[in-house]
Amino acid sequence: MQSQTETNAGQVLSKNKKWELLKKRMKKNKLIYLMILPGLLYFFVYKYIPMYGLIISFQDYKPYLGITGSEWVGFEHFKRLFADPDFWMIFKNTLVLFGLQLVIFFPVPIILSLMLNEVRSMPLKRSVQTLIYIPHFMSWVIIVSITYVLLTMDGGIVNGLLQQAGFQEVNFLLNPDWFRPMYILQVIWREAGWGTIIFLAAIAAVDAQLYEAAKIDGAGRFRQMWHITLPAIKGVIVILLILKIGDVLELGFEHVYLLLNSSNREVAEIFDTYVYTAGLKQGQFSYSTAVGFFKGLVGLVLVVIANWLAKKAGEEGVY
Amino acid sequence: MIEDKTAGGRLFTVVNITLLLLFALLCILPFMHVIAGSFTTSAELAEKKFVIFPTNWSIDAYKYIFSTDTIFRALLVSIFVTAGGTLWSMLLSVLTGYGMSRKDLPGRRVIMFFIVFTLLFNGGMIPTFLVVQQTGLLNSLLALVIPVSINAFNMIILKTFFQNLPASLEESARMDGCNDFGILFRIVIPCSMPAIATISLFYAVTYWNTYMHAILYLEDASKWPVQVLLRQIVVLASGMNYDGSTYMDVPPPEQSVKMAVIVVATIPVLLVYPFLQKHFAKGALLGSVKG
Repeated sequence: MQSQTETNAGQVLSKNKKWELLKKRMKKNKLIYLMILPGLLYFFVYKYIPMYGLIISFQDYKPYLGITGSEWVGFEHFKRLFADPDFWMIFKNTLVLFGLQLVIFFPVPIILSLMLNEVRSMPLKRSVQTLIYIPHFMSWVIIVSITYVLLTMDGGIVNGLLQQAGFQEVNFLLNPDWFRPMYILQVIWREAGWGTIIFLAAIAAVDAQLYEAAKIDGAGRFRQMWHITLPAIKGVIVILLILKIGDVLELGFEHVYLLLNSSNREVAEIFDTYVYTAGLKQGQFSYSTAVGFFKGLVGLVLVVIANWLAKKAGEEGVY
Repeated sequence: MIEDKTAGGRLFTVVNITLLLLFALLCILPFMHVIAGSFTTSAELAEKKFVIFPTNWSIDAYKYIFSTDTIFRALLVSIFVTAGGTLWSMLLSVLTGYGMSRKDLPGRRVIMFFIVFTLLFNGGMIPTFLVVQQTGLLNSLLALVIPVSINAFNMIILKTFFQNLPASLEESARMDGCNDFGILFRIVIPCSMPAIATISLFYAVTYWNTYMHAILYLEDASKWPVQVLLRQIVVLASGMNYDGSTYMDVPPPEQSVKMAVIVVATIPVLLVYPFLQKHFAKGALLGSVKG
């Protein structure tokens, strides 16, 4: 009995001691806390307060009443959202663009880096890399503006060439059928080259002896690619795939908004552009917040699932 | 690596290189066409359609766009926001990144999660807009900077870089009686110039390219950065507008004028690109590795 009390006392003592140690360490780091304070304040004010602000999606938010004064309406806005035919249009458009990103865009940087890896001449390889990274640093406004200048029906080069070749002019910019091809081609133009960086780095880490051994065994270039290079970058591919899936609903507000017009709206309107128009242009703050909230939650759930699946498959996740 | 000497191997090399060069060309051809077109007379552009080397040089398009002070003002705004924003973002990112790189900091994991979580979930456009409004930034150029003070990815790149510096550097400075700020500014920053240059250029390009925040937070057309003006001139003046309204009362600007505006908005990025390129591959890589 007595020994038990003694142990307890010992535990209390060591707990106190730990606490003392922690306090000492925190005190030693007080200048470090001071350093990170402005940064944390930024994240708190502009990232976490907006998360708290999501509660206006359960209110009938009026700017002059504020969050504390506005009336609560429960799930009213979400009910309206799911009943709105526009919602399913946006949902479909978002899914289609995401599908295009995954099926058409995602493999391009992988293929490009496999091709680059086969280039033996270093100067040539570097020149190609230099050129294909450039578009990544251009804003979407520039990318879309150049597209407009090239594709416009009054004086654009593409329609000019079509006409010269005896074809009919095509109104690429207004025709809804051309929106999706245009979107994905612009994504490839801007991001495919840049996307190779991470794969090339993963490839560079492959042990050269593996290739030598494969060559002695008589494996050709495609066999080497398939059995050595691809397995070596599998981990990176999986991580990027998870990040992409987490971004399922982040298709780029700027990009889509810049392409959007009244005649391609049925295929081009996505969650972000819809939130912008309904919320800021038409002043339906609560409703559009509900739309954004729904989108954010779906994204969060998807990234958690994708991460879990990757870990199950024996890969490293992103967190 | 042993060179592949078979016929199939050589054919593969030729096809591979041709395809890569073709892709590289496709990436930059539009830029070249636009740059050349901006220095051409509209007549030549209309006649020859595709111009890479103009036969009739002309700077009329540039004279035209600089005939009013609209574009000057937009350029000034963009330069101001880029310079100020980059300085501000670097200051906050370096301070936070260095703090988070200190492994002995109690609560480091929790704080890191606090930051990384914002990459997975956020309040979205409207709640953020309301915070910007309540913090009094609406219709001020500060709205293009303060709400995006730190890019968590950039901060993590810096943190990773700081972590990999030899610990002996800091220890010797501490012996000499430096406090944490002294270590950061006298030892860590001078030793991290490649990383700091890269991230500064990343921030600068982002601020130069800012568009969404300007249309979200700025009402006053005199405060527009160059990207918003570019959009206005090229896209909206083509007679297309999201709400279906057109600007047909004003004749749409000629192709070469539009191209000149695109060039003005592009050139600064192309000018810093060679500097950027020296380091960014490493930077982009560090960022993609988890902190």
